[in-house]
Amino acid sequence: MIPALIYLAIFGISFAVVYTIRARRGRNDFTARKTVTFGDESAVAPDRAASIFSVITIFLLWGIFTGSSLVPGWLHMPGPFAGVAEFDYTARNADGDTDTATVTVLVHPIDQKPEPLEVDPGDGWAKNDNALVGIWRSGLVRVDRNDDFTRDDGAEVIEVNGQPISPGGEVRTDFGRIAMSPKGTLNVEPAKGWQMEPIWLPSPEAVFARLTEIAQEGFRGSTLWEHVGYSLMRVIVGFFFGALVGIPLGYAMGLSNWFRGWFDPIVEFMRPVPPLALIPLVIIWAGIGEAGKIILLFLAALWIMAIAARAGVSGVKISKVHAAYSLGASKWQVMRYVIVPNSLPELFTGARVAMGVCWGTVVAAELVAAEQGAGMMIMVASKFQNTDIVIMGIIMIGVIGFGIDVLMRMAERWLVPWKGRG
Amino acid sequence: MSGLSIENLSMRFDIPGGGSVQALQNINLHLKEGELMSVLGPSGCGKTTLLNIVAGFLAPTEGKIVMNGHDVVGPAAERGMVFQQGALFEWMNVRENVGFGPRMKGMPKYDMAEKVDHLLEVVGLKDFKDKAVYELSGGMQQRVALARCLANDPDVILMDEPLGALDALTREKMQSLVLKLWKETGKTIILITHSVEEALLLGERLLVMAPRPGRIHKEYRLPFADLGVNADLREVKKHADYNSTREEILNMIWNMEEEIMGRAEESA
Repeated sequence: MIPALIYLAIFGISFAVVYTIRARRGRNDFTARKTVTFGDESAVAPDRAASIFSVITIFLLWGIFTGSSLVPGWLHMPGPFAGVAEFDYTARNADGDTDTATVTVLVHPIDQKPEPLEVDPGDGWAKNDNALVGIWRSGLVRVDRNDDFTRDDGAEVIEVNGQPISPGGEVRTDFGRIAMSPKGTLNVEPAKGWQMEPIWLPSPEAVFARLTEIAQEGFRGSTLWEHVGYSLMRVIVGFFFGALVGIPLGYAMGLSNWFRGWFDPIVEFMRPVPPLALIPLVIIWAGIGEAGKIILLFLAALWIMAIAARAGVSGVKISKVHAAYSLGASKWQVMRYVIVPNSLPELFTGARVAMGVCWGTVVAAELVAAEQGAGMMIMVASKFQNTDIVIMGIIMIGVIGFGIDVLMRMAERWLVPWKGRG
Repeated sequence: MSGLSIENLSMRFDIPGGGSVQALQNINLHLKEGELMSVLGPSGCGKTTLLNIVAGFLAPTEGKIVMNGHDVVGPAAERGMVFQQGALFEWMNVRENVGFGPRMKGMPKYDMAEKVDHLLEVVGLKDFKDKAVYELSGGMQQRVALARCLANDPDVILMDEPLGALDALTREKMQSLVLKLWKETGKTIILITHSVEEALLLGERLLVMAPRPGRIHKEYRLPFADLGVNADLREVKKHADYNSTREEILNMIWNMEEEIMGRAEESA
């Protein structure tokens, strides 16, 4: 809730600031002179300043809620309590005598196990205690254990820091909360603050450190590049075979009634089946090795490419085909010089979609079972609650998926510059 | 026999859901080599169907097309076609588009380049050789289409409203170009148009077709095309017979349209 509010606040404030600055500077290009912009699609372009602020905001939120060193300390959300905390308790024995003693709690980082602090037992029948509690954790403290009168003698704790407490009740202290269990044991819970515990959300620099560590040392016997390389190799091989079969199939469906009639039911049935739904069957048939994954990606790419090729052929303007025939082209030449180039833009669109689907499918398939791969890495890491590896993996998968799409778009602009300009 | 003969041509096809359409009925026509005939008629009179049959894209239900003594059974390089916009290959540049026909025939590269250069000069596009076709204006694109057709050296050029999508000024320039090319190359041309003026100015012969069933309604022989070669078309329009013929044809087509509307209203 609080992160969402901060996010909305930054969204609004950065908008106001950027637009105020812009308004001062004054723009005078054609779009700026448009009075109708609401509903004019051509007047809407991504505001690059907004994109930059957006990315910064995400890292900022991530940083302030994880106590990141990348963010200045004064921006950090309150962290968990750490260090030495003290509280008093008052116990009453069976005779009705009361006595007060102090408990010293050392709240320590959870990956360390320090020695308990030395504590002087003090006067009276209730003795001073010490305890160890991890940051973000809570700990039961049997304060009566070293007292002259324990719980078994009929003694009970009645106050904490002078405030009455009873089983099931709690007392707030300056460092957190002390609750009493139904049996009368005190439960010390130092304040957790607003920051996330690293096992739920590690800080950005911890994720980056993990990235460099895995890049150098590898993960589960394979280097990072091998994991990524395996995933990419599966995508490329699966897509390649999918395109190799799908494109001719699509062309045949676009050029022949019989082919279209024959394959229509199959393609139309397979198209809405998500490739992920095929994973169990592919594992049963082909196992969890490379063959199974490549078959899965082949199937994922096949229908998309077939449909794209079919659409590319169907989309050819009949006047272009007629023109080619009356210029003396043979059927083969019409295919080679008219139908194929005319279908290229559609094929590229299909290839972009197919690559995206394949990348998503390979990660999912690796989540299920794999020896190497980006998906396997985050799945195994999640089993050991290595959240930093999981987040690193997710970011990497996103960046690679985005990179594939950018490369496809560049190839498209280079190879089919006439797209959409017939 | 040289030239193009349309013999007892009828076209009739079933429409999905029952019934049939008589698109063309008993068309007879002979075009001598080097004649320019424009075809005019209200929409639905079958003029485009007729052109598609002559081009060989459609097979008639009755009758046949005879060209230079042989029957037409399909599209061939001897009958070139110029379409309304959008029939250029946008994946090829101007030069490749014009050279398409020769390339399909396997003409040597050098001869082809020479031919393409010459034709681009004729249509006034020699500086646009390496441009992509989508970078050209509509008028320039149609010049490319004309050059592409001529590069193949067809005996007959079939034009399906080639200037229909152009603005008035560009259109006038293109009309002069069509006349110039016709005279210089001596090709037989059939030009489909929905502009009465264009039909009058370009048609050495003018065919008015009537709809339902599509048939020849009246044929004219006109002097304007010959006058228009190497002359200002606006001067030609001042010719004594021009306006009267124009009015006559306009009335004719107007009445046909009225009749169609009347029939539609009756059946409604």
